[in-house]
This record gives sequence, C-alpha cells and structure tokens, in this order.
Amino acid sequence: MGAGETVEKNPGAVADTGGETAAVEAGLDALESPPRAAGRLPLGRVLREKALPPLAAAVLILLLWQGACAAHLKPDYLLPSPADVWRALSDQWYEGTLLSTVWNSVRRGALGFAVAVGLGTALGLLLSAMRTLRVAIGPVLSGLQSLPSVAWVPAAIVWFGLTDATLYAVVLLGAVPSVANGLLSGVDQVPPLYVRAGRTLGATGVSGVRHVLLPAALPGFLAGLKQGWAFSWRSLMAAELIASSPELGLGLGQLLESARSYQDMALVLASIAEILTVGVAVDLLLFAPVERRVLRSRGLAGARR
Amino acid sequence: MSETVLRVPSGAPVRPVPAPPAGRPAVRLTRVSKWFGTAGRQTVLEDVSLTVRRGEFLCVLGASGCGKSTLLNLVAGLDRPSAGDIDVSGGRRPALMFQEHALFPWLTAGRNIELALRLRGVPRRERREEALRLLELVRLKGAYGKRIHELSGGMRQRVALARALAQDGDVLLMDEPFAALDAITRDVLHEELARIWSERGLSVVFVTHNVREAVRLGRRVVLLSSRPGRIVGEWSAGDAPEAALTATITDALRKEIRRHGRR
Repeated sequence: MGAGETVEKNPGAVADTGGETAAVEAGLDALESPPRAAGRLPLGRVLREKALPPLAAAVLILLLWQGACAAHLKPDYLLPSPADVWRALSDQWYEGTLLSTVWNSVRRGALGFAVAVGLGTALGLLLSAMRTLRVAIGPVLSGLQSLPSVAWVPAAIVWFGLTDATLYAVVLLGAVPSVANGLLSGVDQVPPLYVRAGRTLGATGVSGVRHVLLPAALPGFLAGLKQGWAFSWRSLMAAELIASSPELGLGLGQLLESARSYQDMALVLASIAEILTVGVAVDLLLFAPVERRVLRSRGLAGARR
Repeated sequence: MSETVLRVPSGAPVRPVPAPPAGRPAVRLTRVSKWFGTAGRQTVLEDVSLTVRRGEFLCVLGASGCGKSTLLNLVAGLDRPSAGDIDVSGGRRPALMFQEHALFPWLTAGRNIELALRLRGVPRRERREEALRLLELVRLKGAYGKRIHELSGGMRQRVALARALAQDGDVLLMDEPFAALDAITRDVLHEELARIWSERGLSVVFVTHNVREAVRLGRRVVLLSSRPGRIVGEWSAGDAPEAALTATITDALRKEIRRHGRR
C-alpha cells in the first residue's frame, strides 16, 4: 500500500533522495568494511615463523641432553644419551612392536574419548537445561575434574579386573567431566542477546538449542573437547601403567612399566617420547585446525594467526 | 498535497507520509504494567495504554530507565506483562531489532536471513532466492556470503533489518537500532528505513532516546517518563514544523529528567 501512495504523492523527491542515498551508502560500505583478512601466508614464511622456532627449541634440548651425557654427569644406566634412546626406538621398529603398541593405546584412547564426548555432551546439555540438577551435581563434576584419574585405577581394577573395561572406566571418569564442563561453560558464555534474537525469530525449545545455543557455545565446547582428549590420554596412560597383564595387550603405558622393571632407561625415555608425540600430534593435527577454523569464521582469531 | 513532508536538515524531503488506513490496530496495549521482583517490587512500566495503527511509524522516546526496552520485550512476546493486555494483530510474531545487530556470527549474512526464513517455515528451495531479495532491499546483495565480522556497523544493521523483514510480520519493533552508529551512517539508515517502511506498509515501533531521530522518523512520538515508565506526552508529526516540534519535545524530556534530580 505504501509504495503506490508514495509514488502518487511525491515521486520525484523519493527517487532523487533514494539514488543519492544509495550512492552515499555504497561509498560508506566500501570505506567502512573491515579489510578482508589476508589469505594464506606463503609456505616459506609459515615454515620460518611457525615451524622453525619449535624445531630450534627441540634441537637445543637435544644438544643440552647430549652435552650432559658427554660430560658424564650421571652414569649411562641412569641417563642414556639421545642416541641410546633412538636405538631403543629403532629396535622397537625392527621388532615390529612400535606401531602395534602405539596403535593399541591410540585405539583405546580414541574409543574412550568418543564415548566420553557422547556422555559428556548429553550430561552437559542436561545440566544446562535443569538448574536444580546443575546446582546439585555441578560441584561434584568440577571436583571430579580436579581429581587425578589415576586415583580411580585401584577401584577400577577391583571392579572390573585386569580387562579393557578397567581402562575405559578410568578414561571416562577422567574425560566426561571435562567435556560436560566445557559444554556448560560454552553455554554460559553465550551472549543472552543471541538467545533473545533467536526467540524473536521463533527459535524456542529444541530448535533454539539446535540453531542458537549449540552453535553459539561451540568455541567453549571445543576447548572442553580438547581438554577432554588430554584427560582421556593421561588417564589411559595412568591406567595402562598400573593395570598390565598379558590379556590386556601391550599399550604405551604397559611398555613404559615393563621397561622400568627391566631397568631399561633408554626404553623408558623412548616410551615417554612416544606418549608425548601422540598427545602433541592429536592436538596439532586434529584440534588446532578445527579450533582455528571456528574462531576465524567468527572473527575471533586475529589476522596474526 | 496536504500530507506532511518531514525534512532532513539539508532541506531535502525524506518521505511523504501515507495516510494511516483504518481498521484493526497493529498493536494495542491496554493498561499494561510490568514490575520485577516480589518483595519491594520495582515497577518498570505503569498503566501504559498505547495503540499503533496499521502502517504507522510510532516513536517511543524516553530517558534511561523509562522501560523502553521492557515495553518492546512485552510486545515481542519475550516477556509477559504483570498486568494489562497486549494485542498484536497479524498472527505472526513481531520482528525485533536491537541496538547491537544480534546477527549470529557462526553464519554468513545470507544464512542469517535464511535461518529466519527457515524458522518461519519457508521451504528450503525458496530460501536462498528470498534471502537475496531481502538483501537487495537493503542494498547489500553482495554481502550474501560475507561473515558478520567482515561487515561495517551500518551494513550489519541493514542485514539485521533484512533478517527482521524475513519474518514477514506486519509489525517491526526497533530498540535503538542506530544508537551505536556514526552520524552519517545513521542518516543514511534513516532514509533507508523510511523507504522500506513506506514500500512495505510496515507498522513500526521505534524506541530511542534521541529526540531528533524520533521527530524525523515518527508519524507520532510518545514520551515515556522514567521509573516507572508512564506515557506523559504525545505529539503528531503534523502538529508543528520539525524544528519547533524537536524543541518542544526536548523541553518536555529535559523537564522529565530534571524531576529525578530533585528527589
């Protein structure tokens, strides 16, 4: 209705100001849009700025280590040289046990983590929806997060014996609270404005959770997932270290424990290096890219990244 | 031409004003009050009766603490009045625009609008075309694939306007939508809003604390007192020339604010 009357009453004025307005607007849009974030950095620069510093640090540590060995600060059976550790690793490789040992642990860790994500997410959603429940068990959940999960190992062994169930129980007890708490803090940090905006658009109830709450909570949730993985991996190592039996199959924790019992310090350090490598690799190859993508798409990560 | 034509400072006519059509009002508030808390309750709105005619542009003016935002929340259905009735015609929920754009940063500009269409029940295959049409209406067709942080403040508010229009309601509620923008951008958006309002025949309730903005945009301006919010004045755009009207309303607003200093 408005359009017709407008044209009848004052066609010229509207057309004029409209054209002028559009032009000013286009100028403002061009001037005020934040410059597009720079594209990918050239490979050379990435290598120089991102890969070189950690490599240099690693080399420095190896040199210090080698220096300490050359100076005979400690006898070899207490402080093996980097070359000894490398030999232990390559022995494992030629015996064909390296990959199977790492794989055993990674498989357990990944499966345990996956289940922990499912349970933790469900628990987190439940708690964020039910205030009373959250007041009731929120503190317990936070407490569990700070309880070293190795404390569960004796109990798990008594309950489940020396089986995979023991390992998974310890992993879940370690990781579920992190995942649930991550989701809760993600939800807590959702600006109320988004929830209000969602409600005026008709996103209430389940559709509000799906279209507004969960996507808005994603950055916090990702941080929880990352921590959940770290806890899964740590808990698994603690459990494997204590619960070792022939039926369980050799994981990195068991390898570490048997190396200790043979007083094979080179293998002990090699096992630690393997455990560390898995932890760093998962963070670097899985979580870091996802997190970077999410933050960047929301304009939360600066151009420096 | 008997209709009032409000003028921008430069003297160029902003818009002719369509005559308000008769019929059922777009929004009707009957003796609405809102208070919070039970013990020592705090009354935010007191006995507010207000009618927004179809196709009318109503500005609600008031200083801080006058319950302007509460009023919009009630009309938008985000909150319930403690007393009184609110009647919104058209069946669809009113669209609400905020001072902050409130666009979802995890979606592109286009997807933000498509989400609104989806929640309204528009079938998937029609959404993209409709979103582009709405973006074109706010002269931002090129922003479809842009992330929110890639847009300027003024562009964000235009996308937010397009998203609000995607709800296809008769009533558009605006809560100081331009307060955070610079003067030039605000001027341009005033003109855009006036154009879209008249093209679409919307009923708009526009809340602001800026008298010039209220006089410039509103067919009718209502002044709310603070703590509690009550309607203490009402002016029509036709009552006086823009400058005189601005002066009169500014006086009334200042008087209202002074009242609180004496307490």
